[in-house]
Amino acid sequence: MIEIDQITKTYGNSAVVDRVTMKVEPHTIAAIVGTSGSGKTTLLRMINRLVEPTTGTIRIDGEDTRTVPAYELRRRIGYAIQGHGLFPHRTVGQNIGTVPKLLGWDKARIARRVDELLDLFQLEPGQYHDRMPSELSGGQQQRIGVARALAAEPNILLMDEPFGALDPIIRAQAQQNLIDIQKHFGTTIVLVTHDMEEAIRLGDRIAVMDEGKILQYATPQEIIARPTTGFVDELIGTGERPFRLLSLASIREAVEPGEAKGTPISADATLRDGLAELLWSGRAALPVEDGGQRIGRVTLTELNRRAARPQ
Amino acid sequence: MRWPLIIRLLVLALLIAFLVSPESFAFLLRPLIKNGQPAIYDRGSLWSLTLSHLAITFAATTMATIVALSLAILVTRPFGAEFLPLSRSLANIGQTFPPVAVLALAVPILGFGNAPTLMALFLYGLLPIFENSLTGLTTVPPAITMAARGMGMTGMQRLTRVELPLALPVILGGVRLSTVISLATATIGSTVAARTLGEIIIAGLAASNTAFVMQGGLIVTALAVLIYDGLSALERFFVACTRT
Repeated sequence: MIEIDQITKTYGNSAVVDRVTMKVEPHTIAAIVGTSGSGKTTLLRMINRLVEPTTGTIRIDGEDTRTVPAYELRRRIGYAIQGHGLFPHRTVGQNIGTVPKLLGWDKARIARRVDELLDLFQLEPGQYHDRMPSELSGGQQQRIGVARALAAEPNILLMDEPFGALDPIIRAQAQQNLIDIQKHFGTTIVLVTHDMEEAIRLGDRIAVMDEGKILQYATPQEIIARPTTGFVDELIGTGERPFRLLSLASIREAVEPGEAKGTPISADATLRDGLAELLWSGRAALPVEDGGQRIGRVTLTELNRRAARPQ
Repeated sequence: MRWPLIIRLLVLALLIAFLVSPESFAFLLRPLIKNGQPAIYDRGSLWSLTLSHLAITFAATTMATIVALSLAILVTRPFGAEFLPLSRSLANIGQTFPPVAVLALAVPILGFGNAPTLMALFLYGLLPIFENSLTGLTTVPPAITMAARGMGMTGMQRLTRVELPLALPVILGGVRLSTVISLATATIGSTVAARTLGEIIIAGLAASNTAFVMQGGLIVTALAVLIYDGLSALERFFVACTRT
């Protein structure tokens, strides 16, 4: 658990982060969304003390982060950034093994961990272990950057626009990959992004930041249904609200007994995908499949109802 | 095998052959002399002069590298940051100072011999190395240094594991420049009685013996070209290791 308590950072007379208080529950993803200059990156960097707070405290599992030297704190917290920041003079294996080596793990343990992570990120260890970062594609470099951040089995992972430099298709894959990895390790993740779509897709809770303050910190459903200020509303995009709401739930939740004609849809697809398919194929209902079995149908009427503003 | 390499090996072989047995090449230089002058420098062994020349050059460059690199590291650390602009302008001004002037100023302090030459070469060699080390250390991409900090490297670990390896090719470029300048400037050292290849050139000028001037000049030129190439190759090797 990360507890951020009345944290402020001032440069000169201006507060970049202004009395922010928020709590990140263990094993969840918190997404901090804001425009550039909102103070979101500064807030993130105060968690691992890359930036020292002016006032306020941050506690990790109840322990004040200032009780240990900053470099020791950082070795316990994963950190992944935009443009990956891989060391160009080290191989992929050496890059991933950076923090374990700093922590003094023995060689065999580092090698095992590196191979495990390469496997997890769908990069064949035998093929990629000894390559240089410059020999990889942008998407692969980004995955190595995240793998490196996770190498020392941290409970917490901080990510600063980790997918910002990727093209849309690779980004969607990387996001799915991150969700899978988070489920696998149960890591607590704090992620900074300027993209509301990404925040809604990844975040269990979303903090909307503007001018150093947190405007709203709530679940995606809550943020979409009941934005507290006009700025939050603007970030979501009024024309996108029903679709964003639908993208939060899977077909499984809206399935009802009954028959329907045509190509079935997977129960794991989002309601948004379902709606798109219904509209595109001009049908009023879709058969739903789960692991090859028909489990019922999903109707346009039901999706209509679910896309409306929650009361 | 490629032609440039063959030519370099040939130059090296010729240089060594000439130093080992200068008399065998006397026939080439004889057309340059008048009324019975010696064609080959006879007041000292070419070998020992060359070795002494190289020793002074390398001693000066090594000292310059150690001092310049240490200074560059100091002013790029957080506690030395306020000296960065000052040291930068000092380095730039220093570069405009001619080495002969440094030599002239060093003699009254250190007397004649190898010492003032060593001093002048050392001082003049500092600047290119300092300038290049600064450039190398301050142009490591910010994402990389931020990642290094974020992963929990201490200041020393960042320096030795990230910043220096990435700056190495640029630093080596400075060392190369400095070495070649020193190698050429060391010949002037003979005017203040340092034992360098300049002795041959000066003797040649004093006695209007073009053959002396020629052989002294050619040896220094060959050394400069070979050392420059050798260090360039080393630099390319490191660039290949740190390509981004």
